[in-house]
Parts: sequence; structure tokens; C-alpha cells
Amino acid sequence: MKKYHYETVAGIFVLVGLLCVGYLVVQLGDVRIFGKDSYTLSARFTSVSGLRVGNPVEMLGIEIGQVESLEIDQKNQVAVVTLRIKKGINLYDDAMASIKTAGLIGDRYIGIDPGGGGEILKPGESITETESPVDIEELVKKYAFGEVKK
Amino acid sequence: MNMTNWKNRNDVPRARWPLIHPLGKGMIRLINYLGAVSIFMGKSLFMIFQPRQVPLIIEQVYSIGARSALIVLLVGLFTGMVLGLQLFHTLVKFGSAGVLGSAVALSLVRELGPVLTAIMVTARAGSAMAAEIGSQRISEQIDALVTMRIDPLRYLVSPRIAASIISFPLLTALFDIIGIIGGYITGVMLLGVNAGAYFYRVRSSVEMEDITSGFVKAVVFAVIVSTICCFQGYFTHMQKDSYGAKAVGLSTTSAVVLSCVLILVADYVVTSLLM
Repeated sequence: MKKYHYETVAGIFVLVGLLCVGYLVVQLGDVRIFGKDSYTLSARFTSVSGLRVGNPVEMLGIEIGQVESLEIDQKNQVAVVTLRIKKGINLYDDAMASIKTAGLIGDRYIGIDPGGGGEILKPGESITETESPVDIEELVKKYAFGEVKK
Repeated sequence: MNMTNWKNRNDVPRARWPLIHPLGKGMIRLINYLGAVSIFMGKSLFMIFQPRQVPLIIEQVYSIGARSALIVLLVGLFTGMVLGLQLFHTLVKFGSAGVLGSAVALSLVRELGPVLTAIMVTARAGSAMAAEIGSQRISEQIDALVTMRIDPLRYLVSPRIAASIISFPLLTALFDIIGIIGGYITGVMLLGVNAGAYFYRVRSSVEMEDITSGFVKAVVFAVIVSTICCFQGYFTHMQKDSYGAKAVGLSTTSAVVLSCVLILVADYVVTSLLM
């Protein structure tokens, strides 16, 4: 058997290594090579407690995007969340965004009810109907001090 | 780079202060050493971009990178398998065995991948660098190179540093992926974590920052390991208490020990800087 030339082996090594780097970066690091396959929408919440940049946005339980940024609108005293949504998924202007928790102690995510009537939201527009996360401590406090009326 | 010149001067007064004197002596020696290493590294890094270096670099990529791939694969596989096993038994107590994928992938990509790869390559290739250059030094081959007007830093050291900078990140990527597969083998195939959940967790938890910080570490370790190993070999003849073959042995040992310690120290520093 002819021994492979060391340059060939080095070449194979570099190629395999680069494939691994590529896999890590593209698959795990979620780097978009082809760029514009998404658009952004914003939503205003009174509280985004527990939400972080990169948390998933789900519609009907299917992931359709991510939280891109979290900012404070000081004039109106609300938190502005920018959502990056996959292209091709249309939301209507009566869509509702709510912050939910996966499981009891799981990560926060944004659940979207797409709505049905009216105009389709264009990139950069905002979702008006929102629901802030349920504060379990607050609920327990209300229950303990008997403020829950039913 | 004559680092021990000051020691032989006779006009240095004798020590009066039993504690202060050795402290100063040690400090001066340390600073001398650091300076020598920095100049050595700077010159060699500069030499990488000189013409006709590519064939030498390819040869070193073969001996540092390609020939370390097998051991890195083996160590990566077993590290991933052990992580899968250990973390499973911890996570299952909290009823969250599903996040096994996150735990394995994050600890591999951020920490264990770069560090263990660097240590394995130090053991395999770093020791070889120190021994090879060291024996070239004691058999006066480096002096012969100088006689022929070939810069030994350019011919011997800078291809090794360049090849390390190329190889370390690639080997780290190999380690990460094979480690995640190792975690899959124990976690999913042996212990019965859901396969879909495992890979979903791996994908959702690893961010681009984790991957870049892993590669930054790999490059830092590459520079440290190759510089230290070449430096120790290159100055084999400067060993204080030994010469000849014994000095080569000592250089190799100190190169490996120093590299491993510096890898772990640099790991802490880089991690705290990147956080």
C-alpha cells in the first residue's frame, strides 16, 4: 500500500476540521448565511420579567422566531420587545402576544395568537394586544391575603 | 536574549537582606523570562508572513494537527460519554433529564473542548516540539542554520506557531462534535433520554457567543503552547544545572508542565474577560 503524502493528510484534516467548525457555527450558533429570511415586529408589554434576548416566539406551539431585543420606552413606561419572525408567516393586526412559561420553572417564551381579521402586519409594525406574564408570587400573595374574589 | 548575563557580574554587592534579596532576584528573573518569551513570540509571529513559509506550515499542520486528530477524537468521545453519564444522574434527581443536551453541549463548547484539546496536543505535539528543537540545539544544528544565514526562528519556530494557530481551533471543533455524540451515546442510547429532546436542547442552548469564546480560547492556547514549547527547546543550552541529553529531557518536561499550567491560568483569564 502506498503511504499517503503528508500534505494530503494535512489537507484532509483541515477540511474535516473546517466542516466541524461550519457545523458548530451554522447549526448550533444559528448564524444566518442567507440573511433576509425574516422580518421584525415589535410588541409592548407592561412587564417582560424573565424574558431574555433569543427566547423563542411560538405560534400555535410552533417556533416561528426569536426575541431580538428588549428595550424600555421611558415616555410610556412600557417594555418594547422586538420580535424576529420567519418570512412567510403572516400575523394580523388583531394578533395577541403573551409571555408564557414552558413548564413550571422553564424558560419564558412569547406565544402568539395570530388573529384572523383585518390587515396583515407589515415589517416594523407593532402588535397592540399583549399579555404580560403571570406573577406567581403576586397570585399567592393575593390568595394568602384574601384579595381573590370569586 | 542573553537572559543570564547579569548573574555573572562580579560587581554586584553580596546579599545583606536575607528575604528581600531573593525576592528581587526572583522578580528580575521572572521579568527577564517574560521579556525573552515576548520577544521570541513577537519575532516568530512576524516571521509567519515572510515568503516561502507555506510548505513548512503545511508540514507542521500535518504533524501537530492531523496526527493529533485521533487522540482528540478518542478523548472527546470519552469525555462526552462521561459527561452524559454523570450529568444524567444529577439532572434526573431534579426531574429534568431532558436538559442533558444543554448541559453536555455547553460544558463542552465553552470549557472542556478548548482546554482538553490544548492539553492533549501539548502532551502529543508540544513535547515533540520541545524535544526536537532541543536536540537540534544541543547537536549544534541551530548554530549551523545561523551559519548558513537561515533564521532559526523563521525556519523552526514560526511554522510551528502558525500550524498551532490553524490546528487548535479545528481540533477543538472536532472535540466538541465528537463529545456531543459521546453524550448522545450514553444519554440517549444507554440511559434513554429522548433523542429529539437531546438534540433540540443542544441546538437551542448553544449560542454563537459560546462558540466564538471557545475558538478564542483555542487560539490563545495555541499561541501559548507553541511559544512555550519552542522557547523551552530553543534555549535548552541555557539550562542552569544540566547540559546535553539531560537538558533536552528537562526542557521537554518544563515545556509540558509550564504549558499545562498556563493553559488553565489563561482559561480563567479569557473566561473572565469574555463574560
